Order: sequence, then C-alpha cells, then structure tokens
Amino acid sequence: MTQEKEALLEIRDLSVSFRRYGRGLGQTELNVISDLHLTVFPGEVVAIAGSSGSGKSLLAAAVLGILPGNAAVRGHMRYRGRELSAERQRELRGTEIALVPQSVAFLDPLMKVGRQADGHRKPYPTGKRRALFRRLGLPEETERLYPFQLSGGMARRVLVSTALLAGAALIIADEPTPGMSLEQALEALSMFREMANEGKSVLLITHDIDLALAFADRVAVFYAGTTVETAPAADFRRGPEALRHPYSRALWRALPQNGFQPAGGFQPYAGNLPKGCPFAPRCPLRTAECEEKMPPVTRVRGGEVRCRHAT
Amino acid sequence: MRNSVLRMLRIFLTSGAKLAALLLAVSVISFALVSASPVDPVQQYLLSLGTAVSPEQRAEIEAYWGVNEPPVQRCLSWLAGLLRGNLGESAIYRRPVADIIGERFVNSLALMLCAWILSAVIGFGLGCLMGMHRDRLPDRVLKKLCYLLSSVPSFWLGLVLLLVFAVGLRWFPVGFSSPIGILSEDVTVGERLHHLILPAFTLSLMSFVNIALHTRQKLIDVLNSDYVLFAKARGEGKWTILRRHGLRNIMLPALTLQFASFSELFGGSVIAENVFSYPGLGSAVSEAGLSSDVPLLLGITLFSALFVCAGNMIANLLYGVMDPQMREVGE
Repeated sequence: MTQEKEALLEIRDLSVSFRRYGRGLGQTELNVISDLHLTVFPGEVVAIAGSSGSGKSLLAAAVLGILPGNAAVRGHMRYRGRELSAERQRELRGTEIALVPQSVAFLDPLMKVGRQADGHRKPYPTGKRRALFRRLGLPEETERLYPFQLSGGMARRVLVSTALLAGAALIIADEPTPGMSLEQALEALSMFREMANEGKSVLLITHDIDLALAFADRVAVFYAGTTVETAPAADFRRGPEALRHPYSRALWRALPQNGFQPAGGFQPYAGNLPKGCPFAPRCPLRTAECEEKMPPVTRVRGGEVRCRHAT
Repeated sequence: MRNSVLRMLRIFLTSGAKLAALLLAVSVISFALVSASPVDPVQQYLLSLGTAVSPEQRAEIEAYWGVNEPPVQRCLSWLAGLLRGNLGESAIYRRPVADIIGERFVNSLALMLCAWILSAVIGFGLGCLMGMHRDRLPDRVLKKLCYLLSSVPSFWLGLVLLLVFAVGLRWFPVGFSSPIGILSEDVTVGERLHHLILPAFTLSLMSFVNIALHTRQKLIDVLNSDYVLFAKARGEGKWTILRRHGLRNIMLPALTLQFASFSELFGGSVIAENVFSYPGLGSAVSEAGLSSDVPLLLGITLFSALFVCAGNMIANLLYGVMDPQMREVGE
C-alpha cells in the first residue's frame, strides 16, 4: 500500500552488541540486536512487537545514536535515503527524529514542565507550546508544575508534546502504554495514529500486540534481537494462515482470544543465542540448515520474513 | 503564603525544641564525662596559681566550689548558671569562658568560612569535572589524587604546606593570625588574609575531597538517569545537559553535604589551628584539654554542638525551600 513511496527510515542488517568484561581480563561481546531489518514509510505506524527483554528499546537508542559508550553498532541505517551517520544523528535527534519515552521518569524532576517542554533550543517556542498544550487538553497551569505533580495522563501528553513541538518526521514511541488503563492506552495510541495521519511516521515499540494491531499499519515481530517477520497488521487479524513465520503464528495462538496456547521453550537470552535461526530450538519446521545458518530475509506475500520454510 | 509562614514557624519551633533537647543531652553527658575523668579541677587551679596552698585553704576552696557535693547537684548548679548565660571562668585565662569563646570564634569563623567556601568551590568543580569525564584520564587521575589526599593525615599535610610555602618559599607567614610585634588595632585586612590563606587551604583540603567524590557520584547517577537519556534524545549536548539538568540535580545534595560538613570543619580547625598556631577556637580547645581547663572545655563543647547543629538545621531548612517536591507538597 505504501510500498512504492520512498522509505523514511531503512534499517539493514543492524547489530548492536555490548562489550562486557568477563572473568579476569577477558572481554565478551554480548549481541543484543542481530541482523535486524526494518523499513518505515512516511505516514505509517509501524509497531515493533516482542516480549520484554528482547532488546526493543535498544533499537530506539541505536536509531537516535544514544547508546551507551560500550555498545557497538554494525549495519546500515538510512534516513530519507542517506546514510545515518553519528554526525547526522546528532543533527536529527530532537528535530527530525523524536523520541516519546514511556514515563514521567524521563522528565527532569527539578525542572518545571513548561520550560522542559520548550527544550534547550533558542528561541524558546513558548507561544507554540502553549497552543499545543491547549490542543492536548492540558490545563493552563500545567507549565508551572513539576513532573511529580502530573497525573499519568498529563505526563504522557507532555511527553508527546515534545515530539509534536519538534515537528519531527519520525517519532519513536518506546513502550508508551505499560501501566495505563485501557482507555488511557487507547487515548495514547490514538495520538500516535493522528500524527501518522498527518503524514508523520511512527515507530511504536511495544509488547502489547493487541493494542499495536489496533493502531498500526504494519507489525514487525521481534524475537531474540531480530525481526523475524514484518507483516501488514491486517494479516494478524486474519489468523495464523495469513502469517509467515512460525513464531508469529505461535504468538498469535498464544493470545488470549485465540486459544491462549503457549509455545514450548523459552526465548534465548542475548548471551546464548543459537548459531542459526534464533527460533530453531522451538520451531516445529526446523531442519539441519536452520540450526546452522541464520535464514535470509525474503519477501513472501507482501511481507518480509526470515524463515526458509515460509510460505 | 500564610500557609508557608505557618509552616516555617512550625519548623523553627520543632527544630528549636530539638536543639534545646540536644544541648541538654550534650551538657549532661559531657559533664558526666568530666566528672568521671581523673582530672581534678581544684588541683589544676592550684597549680596554675603557682603559689603554695595549705590544706585548710584547699578545703576552703573545695567547699566554695562545691567539689564535695553530689554530682547531680553540681551538674544542676552548673546548668542553672548556663541558663543565666554564665559559662564559668576559664582556669588558664582567668576570664569568663563566654568572652574567650566569642573572641576566639571570630578568628575561627574567618578561617572556617574561607576554608568552607574554598572546599565548596574546589570540591564541586572537581566533582563535576570527574563526573563528566567518568573513567577517562582526568577522572582517573583526579580520583587517585582524592583518595591520596583523604588518606594522608591532615596535620602532616598542614606541616608539609607550612614547610614548602612558609619556610621554603616564604610566600606565607609561619603562623598566627597577624604579624608579630604589631598592635592588633594596626593590623590591616590584607595582613590578616595573608595569615589566613595557608591554614584555610589546609582546612579545605580536609573536606573538599568528600564533596568532590560525592558530587562526582551524584553527577554520574544523574547522567545515567532516564531524563538525561531523554535530553540526549532531544539533541542536547554534553555541556547543555550539565547546565540544564546536571547542576540543577546535584546542587541540592552538594549544598546539604556542605552544611552537614560543619562538624568536620570544626574538628579540622582544631588540627589546622594547632599546626599554624592560629589563635582560634580550635587551638583554645586543645589548650583547654591539655591543661584541664574544665569550664572552657565544657563551654567549647557546648558551643561546637550548637555550631554543628546549626549547620544541619540550615541544610534541613534549605531542602524545604529549594526542593520543589518538598516545597509544593508542604503547601
């Protein structure tokens, strides 16, 4: 549907690893994200769904170039068709690419909300920000409050306002819904949907697949540090036959409304990923080749999948 | 507004009551300690007179001083004197204790204030520098220097400074608070400052390490926080982050630490003043201790408790004024 447009963000073979000091003087590399592929087109919401601890949040940090110092990044990231270098990331973050973090803990506890939303760039966009606060339904006095005085809903709107104020073309929302009631979560996600409808792109990082399906155009299924399948959200609504990767199908079956059937085994921890396909140990379709080599990304029925046996 | 005035009043009243209770406890305990010690105030008094005294005269003095009364009663009469502002008379100076404390404290205050400001500025600055360069060369070098400074005994450090800058380079005088052979009225402010620099620097060396290491750790915590990560994501540079979020969030703990350091400051001044023969409260306390001047010793003990407690109280009040979480919730 949006495939013929030029991609806004294109990630190819992205790997993120951390240097860790092991026993003695030995250093080990801990692969948290490996060979990840992801494309985001203008005006769409792409959800990255995966269980907790699968390295999703690091993806946001990698795109923004704010990973900790002991992290190493390999692979290619292109933004508007041009390589996203460290220097370019520095220029783009906070202007073109904005992060919407998940909670009030991401606001400076000792700075008033208004000043904080204005940001550090001069001239301060105070007038614009006031209008935006009004539009988001934040009361006049909000700007004079400290973060600890905000309700959960107000804090979320303040955080969203920073992305809107920046006028960013790509918004990365990192787990914006945990700890919210259903109404709050729906409200938050509809804000992102609205942004996408205005032509911005939203990368929604979440572990709540149901909510993601309701608002996203495409869903990337994240497993053990990589995306195993990227499919239109509609495929998830249709059922396991429409999906391509055995893990996506298992995930679908594990949803409460689809039978609540858990798949056997556990997601491998970043420190002991299998040599080949990360899902191979739990996969009913695995062959000797799966255990040896990571399968390449292939296009199957309008989606991308990393499985030799995908049909 | 009315609420905040009432709140301040309440804080003052409660901390006043606490202070009174603390002073009472300190006076009773220190009185008990002195009574239990082998120091015989009468003997010391007679020694300081320098003349021979007959046993009858001695008994008379003992009766006049109430030495043979039960300790509780002696303590009560001393406390009654305290309440009237009578701290007794110093045995070595032959003057009211309150006068000596007042006079010596002015000297010490100048010294402690200089050291206090110096250690705050150096400590905070170094702490920020170390925190910003965490685990890189400047941090590693400064951290080792800090550990070295805090493990070196401060009197030794004072002596080394004295040897290098006063004896060797002759930049500063060797001791005292003013030049020798000049009437105290004729001493200029410049001369006083000149005498102050070396002891103040020594004193600040004792406390700035503490502040620097605390500030460093706090800054590292702040830089690892979620809100700094978000600031980075919004494009704030390293120094913008320090200015906008770092200073704001480390200032309060640093200030608290700074006011809470009054006790180390006072303890340190005893050493620094002795090394530099500086005539302040610190040298008075060691003189009083060495020559068993009980009234002076007790007086200074009480005064130092008051001084340290005042520092802690200021830190407490500052928190209420400066921390929005406490300020706004209080209202």
